[in-house]
Amino acid sequence: MSEMTDDTIRAEARAWLEENWNTDLGLVEWRGKLIESGWGAPTWPTAWYGKGFSDAQGRIVEEEFERIGAVSVARTGIRNLAAATILAHGTNLHKEKFLRRILTGEDTWCQLFSEPGSGSDLAGATTRADKKGNKWIVNGQKVWTTSAHHAQYGLLLARTDWDLPKHKGLSYFIIDIEQPGVEVVPLRQMNGHASFNQVFFTDAEIEPEFQVSELGDGWSVATTTLMHERRGADGLRRWQKASDRTGRCYTEEAEEIAHQLEPYKWYPQRAGRVDLVIDRAKETGKNTDPSVRQEIAKLMIMAKSAEWTARRARAAQEQGQPQGPGGSIGKLTSSNVAKQAAHVHTMITGADAMLTGEDSPMEGVIAEILVSFPATSIAGGTDEIQRNIISERVLKMPKEPRTDTSMPFREVPRNVVS
Amino acid sequence: MKFSFSEEQEEFRVFLRRFLEDKSPTTEVRRLMETDEGYDEAVWKQLSTDLGLPAVHVPEEYGGQGFGFGELGIVLEEMGRALLCAPYFSSAVLATTAILNAASEEEKRTLLPPLAAGETRAALAFTEENGLWDNSGVELTATASGDGYQLDGVKSYVLDGHTADLIVVLARQPGTTGDDGLSLFTVSGDAEGLSRRLLKTTDPTRKQARLAFKSVQAELLGEEGRAAAPMALTLDQAAICLANEMVGGAERLRESALEYSMLRVQFGRAIGSFQTMKHKFADMLLEVELAKSAAYYAAAAAAEGDEDMPALASLAKAGASDAYMQTAIKTVQTHGGIGFTWDNDTHLWFKRAKSSEVFLGDPSYHREQLMQRWDV
Repeated sequence: MSEMTDDTIRAEARAWLEENWNTDLGLVEWRGKLIESGWGAPTWPTAWYGKGFSDAQGRIVEEEFERIGAVSVARTGIRNLAAATILAHGTNLHKEKFLRRILTGEDTWCQLFSEPGSGSDLAGATTRADKKGNKWIVNGQKVWTTSAHHAQYGLLLARTDWDLPKHKGLSYFIIDIEQPGVEVVPLRQMNGHASFNQVFFTDAEIEPEFQVSELGDGWSVATTTLMHERRGADGLRRWQKASDRTGRCYTEEAEEIAHQLEPYKWYPQRAGRVDLVIDRAKETGKNTDPSVRQEIAKLMIMAKSAEWTARRARAAQEQGQPQGPGGSIGKLTSSNVAKQAAHVHTMITGADAMLTGEDSPMEGVIAEILVSFPATSIAGGTDEIQRNIISERVLKMPKEPRTDTSMPFREVPRNVVS
Repeated sequence: MKFSFSEEQEEFRVFLRRFLEDKSPTTEVRRLMETDEGYDEAVWKQLSTDLGLPAVHVPEEYGGQGFGFGELGIVLEEMGRALLCAPYFSSAVLATTAILNAASEEEKRTLLPPLAAGETRAALAFTEENGLWDNSGVELTATASGDGYQLDGVKSYVLDGHTADLIVVLARQPGTTGDDGLSLFTVSGDAEGLSRRLLKTTDPTRKQARLAFKSVQAELLGEEGRAAAPMALTLDQAAICLANEMVGGAERLRESALEYSMLRVQFGRAIGSFQTMKHKFADMLLEVELAKSAAYYAAAAAAEGDEDMPALASLAKAGASDAYMQTAIKTVQTHGGIGFTWDNDTHLWFKRAKSSEVFLGDPSYHREQLMQRWDV
């Protein structure tokens, strides 16, 4: 945290932006200036393009960006995760090579953790990295990899020792995606979109200097990445809005956003689109059906109460108190809301709920809700895992007895096809 | 305020909780629920004179403490938690609020100070044997008679109606319907022509009475023929109070079930270590926390006079009713066979959950109200 007062930070940020912000600059050129000055990533350490500001101080700088309408450094979710992990665990070589191009947006990254055989049980990864000569050779398969189709680098969790217990035999690497041994194949979901990829490794190579942290430290490094993933859950929403202003920098940023958001365009639908319910009920006349009214009311009560519960948790946090249970139940609540919303949309839509695309209401938006909501109960920790977390961490109930963590990983039962 | 309590409010809660744990242990609840009057005179005096609880939301000029529905909500949440047996909801919430909303300045100055001091206990008689919770169900008639009025008809489900010193009665002018022709009246508890019968209630911790009025002399309260609006407001505010009381009870049940699940051993393990129980408890936490958020939000809306308050009252009442009942069912289930016995305390709260689910309108009624109030 910097010693500067909030007022000084605001004044300096404002003065620098007023002097330097220029809409006619190219995106990478402008971001280069931001990086050199430290105003692009002010919460980063001073040695690496930042100013060592706290999160609260960083928000003051953000406000000044918003005030003047200046474009920021590239900060999509995955880039943040890569940068945070490299800053915490990377070598100077990693920082030199990768951080700057993360901020300019020239490099895109992806996260190679989940596998077909290990979803909730991430530490059960079986993608292997074996040392051959001076190189790591990777074989196996990852899945649910967003952005892999335009990423240059990946954050890879791979098994380097099969005789140690499952959490101890994992190592963490940075892998070049653009090489012959890596094949990226889109993964089509039940709603028809392909927002994710499967990534196949066949003797893919990693130079030894791209190992992150010590051999066998993979799980703890991955935990850093995942911690930032949970913290940054709001980040996605923040950068979804492209500016409609004119100027080269804006135009290039809008292209970047459109490109990166493409995989997420169905995300509002998976949450159930509670916002559409009442208007749809009125349009269809189903607002006069007493049973539909009851179900709408149940949905609204749940959705509003969920919103207020999240606000209570946030208010507690802002006052420096523990968030309380409200902070942990949000994910599970969203699943319940999404399910009830899909149920209500079906009641409202009637026979048309059998149709999709341009034959269905709102050009397929409603149909998309009905085949997308199950994702809410799975992505980012299934409902079942959420219930374990709530009962064990909030309610302090006993942890699940485990048989898989102390024996050599080689002996742990696993999926036949993995 | 809508999302957090002040330090003073939190201290007030801690203080109340200690008082109620001391005065309303389940041994006391069990003793009082077997009596006809259903409360302890000495405890009522203490909570009135020492704590000033019946005065919480009464303005200072009428002998009150001048707090609002936020603080009243805290009192009720703690009373619901402790399952306090006292004529608090009937007198301090229902009757006092009706007088605050409907009475003239002069009437408030006369009626409120003794109520705020806990010296007088009042009941609000509005529902009749048809069990309708809104103004449309009122059939009891008021006809002009001499200086005052004469009441004829029957009120039912009147909380503490058999012990109240003063009855506030909602009546209509003969020949009117709906919101028209409604007025409020006051009647002394021992008035001639009033016969009061204690009803056998599922929930013995909250007494209800049937009041039959036969040519009972009554005094007008507030403006003649204009009681519909202040009554509707009173019932919304009362629904919010009840929602807060319910979430207090629900949380107590949830905690008791959790505690038991960690003590009870079967198959060589605490039953709380089984995943099926852990997941049930995660869901219980979620249900109770959501209901609490809605109850607190609605109480803050009532305190601020928010125009969306009627809708929020229905939202909070429906949410709390479902959460309380579901928690009660799961708490019995967690206890297994012992949970179905009279000796186990769970049924005391289970029965309060059931009566509160229905009182002032069940969840279906309030969901429909919510839809109407949001103009769907």
